[in-house]
Amino acid sequence: MNNAITIANVRKKYRQKKMLVSVLTHLFMISLSMIFLVPILWMFSTAIKSRWDIFLWPPEFFPKVWQWVNFRDVFTRVPMLRFIGNTFFIIVIKTIGELLAVPLIAYGFARLRFPGKNALFMLVISTMMIPLQTKLIPLYSMYVRIGLIDTYWPLILPAFSGTPFFIFLLIQYMKTMPRDLDDAAKIDGLGTFGILYRILLPLCIPALTIIVTYTFLWTWNEFLQPLIYLNTYEKFTIQMGLEMFKGIWSVEWNLLMAATLATMAPVLIMYFFAQKRLIGGIASVGMKG
Amino acid sequence: MVQKHVKRSPAAIKEALCGYISISPWLVGFIILTFIPILSTIYYSFTRWTIMDAPVWIGLENYIRMFTKEPLFYQAVRATSLYVAMSLPVIIVFGVLLSLLLNMKIKGMNFYRTLFYIPAVISGVSIAMLWTWLLQPDVGIVNTLLSYLGIQGPKWFWDPKWALPSVASMSLWKVGGSAVIYLAGLQNIPPQLYEAARIDGAGKLRIFFRITIPLLTPTLFFQLIIQMIEAFKVFTEAYVITKGGPLKATYFYLLYFYEEGFQHFNTGYASALILFLVVIIMLMTAAVNYTSKHWVYYEGEGKSK
Repeated sequence: MNNAITIANVRKKYRQKKMLVSVLTHLFMISLSMIFLVPILWMFSTAIKSRWDIFLWPPEFFPKVWQWVNFRDVFTRVPMLRFIGNTFFIIVIKTIGELLAVPLIAYGFARLRFPGKNALFMLVISTMMIPLQTKLIPLYSMYVRIGLIDTYWPLILPAFSGTPFFIFLLIQYMKTMPRDLDDAAKIDGLGTFGILYRILLPLCIPALTIIVTYTFLWTWNEFLQPLIYLNTYEKFTIQMGLEMFKGIWSVEWNLLMAATLATMAPVLIMYFFAQKRLIGGIASVGMKG
Repeated sequence: MVQKHVKRSPAAIKEALCGYISISPWLVGFIILTFIPILSTIYYSFTRWTIMDAPVWIGLENYIRMFTKEPLFYQAVRATSLYVAMSLPVIIVFGVLLSLLLNMKIKGMNFYRTLFYIPAVISGVSIAMLWTWLLQPDVGIVNTLLSYLGIQGPKWFWDPKWALPSVASMSLWKVGGSAVIYLAGLQNIPPQLYEAARIDGAGKLRIFFRITIPLLTPTLFFQLIIQMIEAFKVFTEAYVITKGGPLKATYFYLLYFYEEGFQHFNTGYASALILFLVVIIMLMTAAVNYTSKHWVYYEGEGKSK
């Protein structure tokens, strides 16, 4: 009897200690989260303030008047929608390009045998490491000569030859699929490319969504290339547009933050829908050399 | 191309042909958009050339000019090396620490993971705009919070001494991006190893240094190279926020390259500039790679050291 009580006590103490550790851990994680959360909330808070409220001392997290009109101003005073539309146009074309090219290329590397394959595969890998800037000047001069500066061609053409990162990703993905699939399809009379488009590709959809998601994300955030290739401001992408606002509204931080928030919103929304895929995709490639 | 005397069956020849067809989009793109441009950059680096006129061969003059006549070059090298030296160790250490936290088995961990990864997806100009506002000397939230603690915050991007650390802390904010990669590495460590160590009576610290860290080294090695290259390529932050100032404190190498190549159109000289950076990056990568056999653990290497 006495003994049993002691054991119960020990268990209770153990549970209490575990509880305390768990509460402390969460407290720590939550305070760490603040470093990531507060800047974003503060941006939101600034974006709905009036131009006087942003300079209030002490600053208020929740302004008395929520001035949603800032967002309307952002969209009416500058062709924000146009920049968004331009960027979406580029994204759609690039996505089509990647989806046409990458599965075909990855299939060749993952499934077919041909002389020189390993050397070429090493080239795919090594091009992932080369800084884009290394080829920027000759590319720029080439596009000047064929009259493609200030068009979207320099931005979308590379997608039609497949981004090395995506090629690598899909090769790895295809390699996990059993070869028996190919053999069975061959017996059923499918040709080499029939196997790719009828059998393998439908199974690659999870990997393809990663490709689509990253094409969106990277194109949306891309800054250097549009900056170099585009001159007319009607053709600007969203990030260039945002950079331009900085010059127009130098101290109107409420409008600047509204524009920044509007720029981030599509990415954030997409991130929340695709976060598992996104993180999984980057992790699978980031780990191995 | 494929000839009879190699002794290939017709089926193998057909397969090889299909192989070349399937990789042809990449091959064509590689030749036109990567291979020829890189060779051209090497050639242009030995020429006097301003995009519109024809390049004139001047031998090593661009390189001589770079090393002997351009104080801006040294400022760019100085700012960039300081930035790499300042941000790289912090990014690696905090990335690993964060991944260890995110590997804890507690409720709601997915929520934290989602949250910490956010800064990694909103890169580009928007993140630079956000930080310009957060780090405003007078009305910024960071200095406001510091003032509550009785600390007079620095002028951040607008103080030559603080500008570099400010850019570095922006990159630290994005540390969640590499943390999830370390996390994947951590989760790949077979649990049997931990069990075996525990049965053998190893303490937590010993397990951490003898199992977790060694088995994480391949991921660490790969990330070290990637993050190092990224750090050398720092550009957007400086272009948007500081334009290289104040007093050239954030005049990063790629900003110098951009100004020479795409604003002054000294394209021959800029080609030499970028090649120098690539050589430095390659040398650094080779150096890291060379040290790797002393600290990177590969399976099948033999268990004890």
